[in-house]
Amino acid sequence: MHEVVGTTPKGDFIINVGPQHPATHGVLHLVITLEGETIKKIEPHLGYIHRSIEKMCESLTYRQFIYVTSRMDYLSAHINNHACALCVEKGLQVDVPLRAQYIRVLLDELTRIASHELWWGAMAMDVGAFTPFFYAFRERETINEIMEETCGARLTMNYMVPGGVMADIHPAFQQKVKKFIQQYKKKIDEYNELVTGNIIFQNRMKGVGYLSPENAISYGCSGPVARASGVACDVRKRYPYDVYNQVQFDEVIETGGDSFARYLVRIGEMQQSVRIIEQLIDAIPQGDFQAKTKAVIKLPKGEFYQRVETARGELGVYIVSEGGTTPYRIKFRSPGFCNLSALNEMAKGGKIGDLVATMGTLDLVIPDIDR
Amino acid sequence: MFSLESIKNTVQNWLQLHVGASMALVIESILLGILVIILFAVLGLVLVFMERKVSAVMQIRIGPNRVGPRGWLQTSADTLKLMLKEGLTPDGADKFLFNLAPFIIMIAAMLIMIPIAFAKNFQIWDINIGVLYISSVASVSVIAILMAGWSSNNKFSLLGAMRSGAQIISYELSAGISVITMVILTQSLSVNEIIASQENGWWIFKGHIPAIIAFIIFMIAVTAETNRAPFDLAEAESELTAGFHTEYSGMKFALFFLAEYINIFIVCAVASILFFGGWMPFHIGNWQTFNHIMDYIPSSIWFFGKTFLLIGLIMWFRWTFPRLRIDQLLNLEWKYLLPISLANMLLMTVIAILKWYL
Repeated sequence: MHEVVGTTPKGDFIINVGPQHPATHGVLHLVITLEGETIKKIEPHLGYIHRSIEKMCESLTYRQFIYVTSRMDYLSAHINNHACALCVEKGLQVDVPLRAQYIRVLLDELTRIASHELWWGAMAMDVGAFTPFFYAFRERETINEIMEETCGARLTMNYMVPGGVMADIHPAFQQKVKKFIQQYKKKIDEYNELVTGNIIFQNRMKGVGYLSPENAISYGCSGPVARASGVACDVRKRYPYDVYNQVQFDEVIETGGDSFARYLVRIGEMQQSVRIIEQLIDAIPQGDFQAKTKAVIKLPKGEFYQRVETARGELGVYIVSEGGTTPYRIKFRSPGFCNLSALNEMAKGGKIGDLVATMGTLDLVIPDIDR
Repeated sequence: MFSLESIKNTVQNWLQLHVGASMALVIESILLGILVIILFAVLGLVLVFMERKVSAVMQIRIGPNRVGPRGWLQTSADTLKLMLKEGLTPDGADKFLFNLAPFIIMIAAMLIMIPIAFAKNFQIWDINIGVLYISSVASVSVIAILMAGWSSNNKFSLLGAMRSGAQIISYELSAGISVITMVILTQSLSVNEIIASQENGWWIFKGHIPAIIAFIIFMIAVTAETNRAPFDLAEAESELTAGFHTEYSGMKFALFFLAEYINIFIVCAVASILFFGGWMPFHIGNWQTFNHIMDYIPSSIWFFGKTFLLIGLIMWFRWTFPRLRIDQLLNLEWKYLLPISLANMLLMTVIAILKWYL
């Protein structure tokens, strides 16, 4: 490990961005070697918010451990829960009722929109535009209200359980989502007008933080970060789960590999999420919202793996079971960790301002990286 | 009439009658100093409140609304809080320079007030090189910023200060050339004469396209010079935490903060003097009645109205645009603004020689 203060023997600056810094959106610590304003090297130091969630899961039952995973990537808590529920269901070999599947996918996509909304606002704030942040939060608030009505919580929902969802949707759910979608479609145009088309913004984003497809693959990047480099890796398309194989949507892929491409991928994903929701919202079938499972779940001896597409990329849940009521070992493959590891590759040679623009498009959620 | 001019004359006459000419000058100087300080305090409070309300409107918020009626006392409360806070000096800092920097930036801002005409015949001192004086004193503030950044012994501060230095020095050129462009037209550097030359129409209307180009370039350049978004690289929050004033706290920070707003006021005042006739009312050619009605509006209202409209414009910039990168910022100045303003100056010279205005 390097020294984290002072200068290098060559006289280059070493500055610490974080753990308290407005651009890192959490307790991430980057040790940056600078030559003037040009970045020579970035070394992320992790662990400030490590809560040993994987270890904690080993002492929790298969019903309990899902709740802890809401605290990993808190912006896509639903999708984390979904991944765990799917993995347990895989072990139990239980069929989830169609209604529950529809609800899960709908909430996943709403979560994705909410997460991308927050990213969009924070990203604009990173490059110095404050106003979009409030616009983004206006829409996110509507989603949070819908979530609160149905799940009882706004951020850490804990709504997905093995076998389905915890409770049925709120009676006003469909109507509210439809109303939101109607308004939201216009809002995306507003976003494009305010930020995407802005010449200063485009100059800040284009050609910045380039990630080649080879590097994206070798660093294990996933989600919008990899898709912006032209790597088709959407888990919803490649390994569909629940009703994702029944809905029409495009995998948004850009080939630019720069920050602007990553920006466009996320904007495109918001539109695709709207498409998915539109297809499903009126088609929610009647029936049970939860399959009958035993009160105490015991998974058979073996290893189970399930991957899902969170707002940030591919989340993998790996459960090793010894046949007991608690998992023997759990490992989460979090998207943020791999995406962050490519940061050095992307930001090297750029300016400090570029680092902020690059880091913003990685959409880092630190609890997801540290777990 | 209770215009500022008549108040000034009354005070002047009374003083000269009672204490004699030389003593009157001394007392007047002291009074002016106090007035400028009061103006600073009021401007600081009003502009900060205005910024917060403008940003609130743009960001679909309400803004400060709890302290005092409609939140009017919010900025006063903030100032009080800053006064009560401890003004820390970091251990590794160069203490003398560190403590001196906020005062230099304030003194520079204060000195610029001298030639600005706030109303008809209401001016501290009509220097015959008025606008030249303003541009030269305005550039002193960069020294204070460099001092603050360097003496803080903080890398973020230093980076912010270096950025600010590069930025202010570059954009001074465009701003200066825009001023010169207008001076060619007015054929005087004195603020009073520049305003007087706009009696039958403001230069922005009379000066054809070069005046409009000069105005746009001037506004861009002064936005950069005052370190406002989209050119707020010196304190780029997401990059350098707070840039050159990262280490400042309490009233020392407040002085930097205040100086930023005072500088905005000053540059907008200069813009309104150069392009919009300062305190000169809006006149249209031969419309006698209309012109007469316009004359009834006090000149101070004209001046402050124009200035605050321009301040609103600058605030609008801030809450709409993302921030530029340092190399893009310098590119914009050296590759675009400077050549354009040079060509514009040439064009204006032609217009001035041929007397195409009036």
